[in-house]
Amino acid sequence: MFLGKLTLDAIPWHEPIIMGTGVAVALGGLAMVALLTHFRLRTYLWREWITSVDHKKVGVMYFILGLVMLLRGFADAIMMRAQQAMAVGANPGFLPPHHYDQIFTAHGVIMIFFVATPFILGLMNVVVPLQLGARDVAYPFVNSLGFWLSAFGAVLVMVSMWVGDFAATGWVAYPPLSEMGYSPTTGVDYYIWSLQISGLGTTLAGINFVVTILKMRAPGMDLMKMPVFCWTSLITNILIVAIFPVLTATLAMLSVDRIFDMHFFTNEGGGNAMMYINLIWVWGHPEVYVLVLPAFGVYSEVIATFSRKPLFGYSSMVYATSSIGLLSFLVWLHHFFTMGSGANVNAFFGITTSIISIPTGVKLFNWLFTMFRGRIQLHSCTLWTIGFMVTFAVGGMTGVLLAVPGADFMLHNSLFLVAHFHNVIIGGVVYGCLAGMTFWFPKVFGFTLNEFWGKLAFWFWLIGYWLAFTPLYVLGLMGMTRRMNHYEDLSWQPWLLVALVGAVFVGLGILAILVQLAVSIRDRAQNRDTTGDPWNARSLEWSTASPAPFYNFAHVPTITSLEQHWEDKETGRAWVPPAAYEDIHMPRNTGAGFIISAFAFVLGFAVIWNIWWLAALGLFGMIGTFIARSYDRDTDYWVPAAQVEQIEKARYALMQEARP
Amino acid sequence: MPILSRPSARWCLLAPVPLLSLLSGCAPWALLDPKGHIATQERDLILLSTGLMLLVVIPVIGLTLWFAWRYRETNERAVYRPKWAHSMTIELVVWTIPCAIIIALGSIIWVSTHQLDPYKPLKSAQKPFEVEVVALNWKWLFIYPELGVASVNELTIPAGRPVHFRLTAERMMNSFFIPRLGGQIYAMTGMQTQLNLIADAPGNFDGRSAAFSGEGFSDMHFKTRALGQSDFTAWAAQAAKAPKPLDLAAYNALRRPSTATPPALYAHVEPGLFDRTINTFMIGRMSAQEAKRALCLPPATMGERN
Repeated sequence: MFLGKLTLDAIPWHEPIIMGTGVAVALGGLAMVALLTHFRLRTYLWREWITSVDHKKVGVMYFILGLVMLLRGFADAIMMRAQQAMAVGANPGFLPPHHYDQIFTAHGVIMIFFVATPFILGLMNVVVPLQLGARDVAYPFVNSLGFWLSAFGAVLVMVSMWVGDFAATGWVAYPPLSEMGYSPTTGVDYYIWSLQISGLGTTLAGINFVVTILKMRAPGMDLMKMPVFCWTSLITNILIVAIFPVLTATLAMLSVDRIFDMHFFTNEGGGNAMMYINLIWVWGHPEVYVLVLPAFGVYSEVIATFSRKPLFGYSSMVYATSSIGLLSFLVWLHHFFTMGSGANVNAFFGITTSIISIPTGVKLFNWLFTMFRGRIQLHSCTLWTIGFMVTFAVGGMTGVLLAVPGADFMLHNSLFLVAHFHNVIIGGVVYGCLAGMTFWFPKVFGFTLNEFWGKLAFWFWLIGYWLAFTPLYVLGLMGMTRRMNHYEDLSWQPWLLVALVGAVFVGLGILAILVQLAVSIRDRAQNRDTTGDPWNARSLEWSTASPAPFYNFAHVPTITSLEQHWEDKETGRAWVPPAAYEDIHMPRNTGAGFIISAFAFVLGFAVIWNIWWLAALGLFGMIGTFIARSYDRDTDYWVPAAQVEQIEKARYALMQEARP
Repeated sequence: MPILSRPSARWCLLAPVPLLSLLSGCAPWALLDPKGHIATQERDLILLSTGLMLLVVIPVIGLTLWFAWRYRETNERAVYRPKWAHSMTIELVVWTIPCAIIIALGSIIWVSTHQLDPYKPLKSAQKPFEVEVVALNWKWLFIYPELGVASVNELTIPAGRPVHFRLTAERMMNSFFIPRLGGQIYAMTGMQTQLNLIADAPGNFDGRSAAFSGEGFSDMHFKTRALGQSDFTAWAAQAAKAPKPLDLAAYNALRRPSTATPPALYAHVEPGLFDRTINTFMIGRMSAQEAKRALCLPPATMGERN
């Protein structure tokens, strides 16, 4: 009673893979704590990072979360590929169904919610305020809170590995399978609560960025003078604000179905599982645009910078982005043409879906014509962009093919579908995030990333993607459906072996990125960016120092042009030290975001295991901390002009050395 | 609409399509090697749509690589226009091309979706052969009301005669899919869907569930045997002599979750079994008499096993 459903049996003692990982993680964690203590970094970590409300630091933490979870999600991927490469005929493979089903569910959940989303939010955090000429986001504390909610959501997913199990339902957890009668363990509850907690964080981030972009632009920057990355971020965050409440409500209904035996989605008592499927895709389809639009923004910035030309068709780009945002709400039914809706309904949603390819196609053409008559530097960022354009063109095509209902009847739920969404998510979102990481890394850390390892990572990822997923397209055409633990058809196996080799290449790509980070940190002295503008770029963030000072800009700039920094460079107004400095108003760090999120974690864990007293404690902890924070009047401070002057003078001195 | 009922050879007039048709000729890829009229039309639709889109996709990929090479930094001979960022003509063209393709594709979608509506009866002189499909955990039950027999995990149909499926699921949603005969449709609890397919000639075709339904999902596959007239009559006679009847007791035994269930035949199916399965959840919403007829057994949970 005291511990609800939680007993020692919840720990999977007999699973060597899980327990081995558990021991490794525990030892790694202990080593980390020991190192932090040894170097006396624990207070530093708390004061400078965990409690930080600086948008750049929050962005970096999002990125670290994404990278760590990428390792977990990739481990799941390689296990799935290995299982399918061997489990043909009488060979059951090495993963029994219940374990395998959890792995593909966790892989999808982690890659979407805890890798792609943090990467995107991390990029927006780092870049948006700098591009807008703002000193921070509109609500710095909410930003910190949003990040920690996401992080604790991720922790909850990880905990499910060792205490209890994870959902074995597929990443969108369709009922009736995800209902209590058919998934009686705590797996689906872990799924629900990790997404509820992180989803709350994402909603808060969305609100924050919408307000930031609408209200915090530097004077003179009207919407059509805003860099394209900010535009794509604006649309993405409007989508977040519109759709995440749908996810929260849907999962809440599933949750009360499970805990209180209600009947929203069960046939008993008149519920209907198909309502869940509709609702989850009302969230789910715009969600893919939430992920890919900011990546489109990254490519737009990168391709203009490295082609040494302004972006072709800026206003076309803006209208294309906005119409993608709008249309993304009119297509959700294409995820279930096979539910038996009439031909009129299916045809309507098929056509709306194919219409989205118009603005997307326009974007591709615009990037093409940005390259046209440019001077293209084949930097690793450019390689990611070109790799994206080639890969994504194919992914877009297979996507439109899936939008043709008559074709979808054949391809739905097949490996062709799996290949399609990896095509657009890896080729679109992941390449974009990695390009963005390389591009803006110096702005945060003050030194550029190693190019050799960056290019190597690109080639591994590019070859890896094509090797891993082309066979899946073929297998889809051969009639292989997704989520199979084992299969009978011998002719499928050779293709699955090739896909496994592709996954290994992707693994090498991930490794190359980790080596790139390590090598770049080692060689940071050589790669220091003293100018603040290592790529000879065009927008505002490159006018301030690298690393950007915590207040971003000593003077809030006045905007007269779409490419303000470029124009300043052309007219000789860039990098001119101001005559006088002023006091700067900044938000103070706070631990409240971390503490509230920790209580949210306690609440989630307690509800999963039905430990009601602990759930109450978590809930009151959250509310109490929030109230306490509301009474805290000491939330901001002034940076004296003298201090700003000292920081800025040091920067200009460094710059003088670099370019005499 | 005539577009889709034309012989498939004519599609080869479209430039990229023959390439893909070639693939279909030499590879045993189920979707490109259809054995039924519906699957053939769906294959052609896949090829046509892909061909149409390749008209843009191939040039875009080609131009990307060409521009990247042509305008590389080190190529001093290439034109460099550092301020050029707008051209009304190009903008018009880049909006028009995708619009034109999508207008064409949109028309194809509208027509083909109506043409290939799974509920639409196939045109044929023969009356369709009726099959009732129940997705059980984790096996397929096929009821043949014309013959009064049923089979598990093996579907037998007459070749050359349209087949009309009515489908439902006992507990878990599944998707009924025979790739060589045509597209899939969901089988859902408490609901009925329909599907019309035809096998052009006798043969054996793989079928399976395409929608993940839990532990036993991977083994939820079945052989579809399309038999010629005499073979089919012989099979029907054999099925009628099957030792086990499918009465309520046998059905309730079948409802218990089981994995990799071997194929079986049942004679004498309890009448109305399919409709009563759909109506299981309508108890309380129907008259007392109807309720009595409906199956009123506690839901089978994952815990009970055979």
